[in-house]
Amino acid sequence: MSLVIENLTKTYGSQVAVNQISFAAHPGEIVGFLGPNGAGKSTTMKIATGYLPPTQGTIQVCNHDVEDDSVAVRRCLGYLPEHNPLYLDMYVHEYLQFIGSLYGLRGEKLKTRVGEIITLCGLMPEQRKKIGALSKGYRQRVGLAQALIHDPQVLILDEPTTGLDPNQLSEIRALIKKISQEKTVIFSTHIMQEVQALCDRVIIINRGNIVIDSDLATLQRGESKQKEEVQRVEAIFTHPIDEMLLRTSLTLGRVEKKHGATYELEATAGQEDIRPAVFRFACEQQHVLIGMQQISREERPGHGASLEEIFRSLTVTQENPS
Amino acid sequence: MLAIYRKEVNSYLNSLIAYIVMAVFLTGTGLLMWVFPDTSVLTYGFADLSTLFTLGPYVFMFLIPAITMRSFAEERKAGTMELILTQPVTDLQLILGKYFAAWTIVVFALLPTLIYYVSVYQLGNPVGNLDSAGIAGSYIGLILLGGVFTAIGIFASSLTENQVIAFILAVFLCFFLYTGFSSLAGLQVWENSALLVEKLGILYHYDAMSRGLIDSRNLLYFVTVTALMLLLTQLVLNSRKW
Repeated sequence: MSLVIENLTKTYGSQVAVNQISFAAHPGEIVGFLGPNGAGKSTTMKIATGYLPPTQGTIQVCNHDVEDDSVAVRRCLGYLPEHNPLYLDMYVHEYLQFIGSLYGLRGEKLKTRVGEIITLCGLMPEQRKKIGALSKGYRQRVGLAQALIHDPQVLILDEPTTGLDPNQLSEIRALIKKISQEKTVIFSTHIMQEVQALCDRVIIINRGNIVIDSDLATLQRGESKQKEEVQRVEAIFTHPIDEMLLRTSLTLGRVEKKHGATYELEATAGQEDIRPAVFRFACEQQHVLIGMQQISREERPGHGASLEEIFRSLTVTQENPS
Repeated sequence: MLAIYRKEVNSYLNSLIAYIVMAVFLTGTGLLMWVFPDTSVLTYGFADLSTLFTLGPYVFMFLIPAITMRSFAEERKAGTMELILTQPVTDLQLILGKYFAAWTIVVFALLPTLIYYVSVYQLGNPVGNLDSAGIAGSYIGLILLGGVFTAIGIFASSLTENQVIAFILAVFLCFFLYTGFSSLAGLQVWENSALLVEKLGILYHYDAMSRGLIDSRNLLYFVTVTALMLLLTQLVLNSRKW
């Protein structure tokens, strides 16, 4: 077990950034760390790297405690911070040698390692340039090279792919995939396709709480097994009504105006028969309802919920409890 | 620590700062020593380097903060602080690496002034009629003074992400510590403790060293103030964990 987080809590003043989260990650696992902005992803990562102290709880990296044995933790951990800060006035070579020497690499060993990592990260063509002169994609590679130079067991990448063009994106992803074979990789992102393309496991965090921690495969299979019930009702009013109001007040999936003041309503997610509710709505809004008929009520298989939908359902609903 | 030191020295040498500081320091002291009639050795009539050693600290007071102002402020601003603090170096190693690198640049700036010594040595009548011991003591004093100023500058830089603020704060602290206490001691409120107040300042100890007497009490003073400033810096860095 190379990364173990137990009951981690972090508060900034009265604001709780991370609330009692626990998880563990194994070598060879790529864990996607998802969540809306401000959910506590970066905070968790910063604590795991020893940059910030936890308010409560413990984190162990390679069996070293982050607080008691911080330097040992940093030695076996590679970290790419959000926004990828770099010394822009240093040369790529020089920078990687500097970072390598911080990890105790010297002389020939350092030189060969820097050479290796430059090849691995595809920095060959740019290796003689100043970091400040590099494009964003290459800077990101330098950041990644920095995190990898000491061949760490645990790799923590905070939004490694933001702001990259599609080509760079797939290159960086391929690189992460390539290096992840024997390492534990935890990375945060907003891009769902990325998680689907890369991860074995997904942890979704919202407002400091883990809302889901599951294998990607299980998660997607589990969701798609669920069947949803769909009922369709035709309602005829004397005058046209406010479709939006009807939809939101009855939480309908769809309201379609067919002709005149005839509407087709569709409701999903195992609701009761909606006809009484439509009747009450008409009364309250003082519409005259002159006819109503259930067209169909059937079960249909869920349409293989994409990760994006799962993410939305888990994070959006909790933000607006209504 | 060595890795940090090497990187910092390189970045000073790669970024003009070191050259500008040396050029300004040497031009400034050169003009004061040899050209400006009020302070020139040539019009003074005595073969000694007192101009360098009395005015040197004032030049340092502005130049050293200029060297040190970026050390932590820039890291904060660029976000590289997070990067460097998550590498396997302790805060103290980081501070010491930066401190010794900046001090090295200061000492480098001082080295060419040995030419002044040689010149004045030659100009003496008879040749070599010069208080070499006093000058050696003064050099050691000036180097240690540079060390204290550097530590103050590093401390000021750790407080803010704005280099200008770091610079101004460092200049003020250097000034206050150098002459502030001596001037305060002149106030008529201390009665018997005036000497004690004066001893808190750098000037008292620096003057003592300039007489060529390397007293352990003065050495201890310089080392203590330097250590204090660096520990304060560590405290500031550590405050992210509060």
